[in-house]
Amino acid sequence: MSANEMKSASRDTAKVMNRSDLTRRLVAKLNQEEAVIGGIGNTHFDLWASGQRPQNFYMLGSMGLAAPIAFGVAMAQPERQVFALEGDGSLLMQLGALGTIAAANQKNLAIIVFDNGVYQITGSQPTLTSYGTDLVAVAKGTGLAQSTWAADEAHFEQLVDRALKEDGPWFIATRTDDKPPAGVTERDAAKIRGRFMQGLGVTK
Amino acid sequence: MSVANAARTPPEAWDAIVVQVLKENQVKLITYVPDKVLAPLIKRLHADDYFTVICPAREEEAVGIVTGAYMAGLRGIVLMQTSGFATLPNVLASLAVPCQIPLLMMISERGALGDFQLGQAIVCRTMRPVLATLGIEHYAITRTEDVEFIVDRMIKQAFATQAPAAIILSPLLTNTKKK
Repeated sequence: MSANEMKSASRDTAKVMNRSDLTRRLVAKLNQEEAVIGGIGNTHFDLWASGQRPQNFYMLGSMGLAAPIAFGVAMAQPERQVFALEGDGSLLMQLGALGTIAAANQKNLAIIVFDNGVYQITGSQPTLTSYGTDLVAVAKGTGLAQSTWAADEAHFEQLVDRALKEDGPWFIATRTDDKPPAGVTERDAAKIRGRFMQGLGVTK
Repeated sequence: MSVANAARTPPEAWDAIVVQVLKENQVKLITYVPDKVLAPLIKRLHADDYFTVICPAREEEAVGIVTGAYMAGLRGIVLMQTSGFATLPNVLASLAVPCQIPLLMMISERGALGDFQLGQAIVCRTMRPVLATLGIEHYAITRTEDVEFIVDRMIKQAFATQAPAAIILSPLLTNTKKK
């Protein structure tokens, strides 16, 4: 493990990977009914396309709130590991949330960011990460000490393995390409919420 | 204690009653963005181990946190002032309302009845139209003797009907200088 821990990458050296592929790699490792909150747009489309686990929540609107929602789930169920999936544009909208999670030191929470440098779904206008904002540096600056760029797919999987075993909060940033999502989520907000609550074992 | 003495006992403060009602309804997660009027309530909540208290950077974030917590079985509330509520229409319209989240909001009403801050006075006018447009149940508390009934019933109705609710604290309730 020590070799893996030493592995590091910068935004410039990290391999540009595929969001759908990384999402499937994450989901393939989940065997303890871990919760996954998919952020707005392509992020939750790819989560949906990776298989509709009952412990997935697909955030149809409220851009930027995947991490806060995941944080709320993590606080309510401290025994369950929780992942938030966000795009760079979404995360940039709610950077304060990283500080909130760092301050709470939420151990069962991992934030995974897919940074393709653009608002892909609205026509690929560049985001601030295309002009130099480094989301790992931002995350570290808010107090999230365990923040890393994933160098490649194997490194991404190692980071996910660590997040599943060791205390967080974790911040895993990935560079991703401009490929379209692998599917489109069913847009039924109440059904999504109800199924997610059932998946978490919550009864009204 | 004689009846005469009991009658002279000052009424419990609104903030103490709110703490009690939140406990009776198992609302354990408190999120807030600070407000001077809410300060005595926030102080009581921080001092009470029953509550988990989180102060995020923005009100939107607080709505996300309380929504996640609700879906995972933990009841929470968002405390804010009127100008904070004005930042919420998008998250209410795209998360809380369509997902049918019993999102509890407690809003101290700033900008009305003599508030000298122009910004507060203008933004205050947007609150009720936004709540009405989104079909969110809201009620303003003006008297200490109504706090227990209104807060308790609005919390119960929010969870029973699976819908957000906004409890508004009027200056008539919270401005002690008037008395």
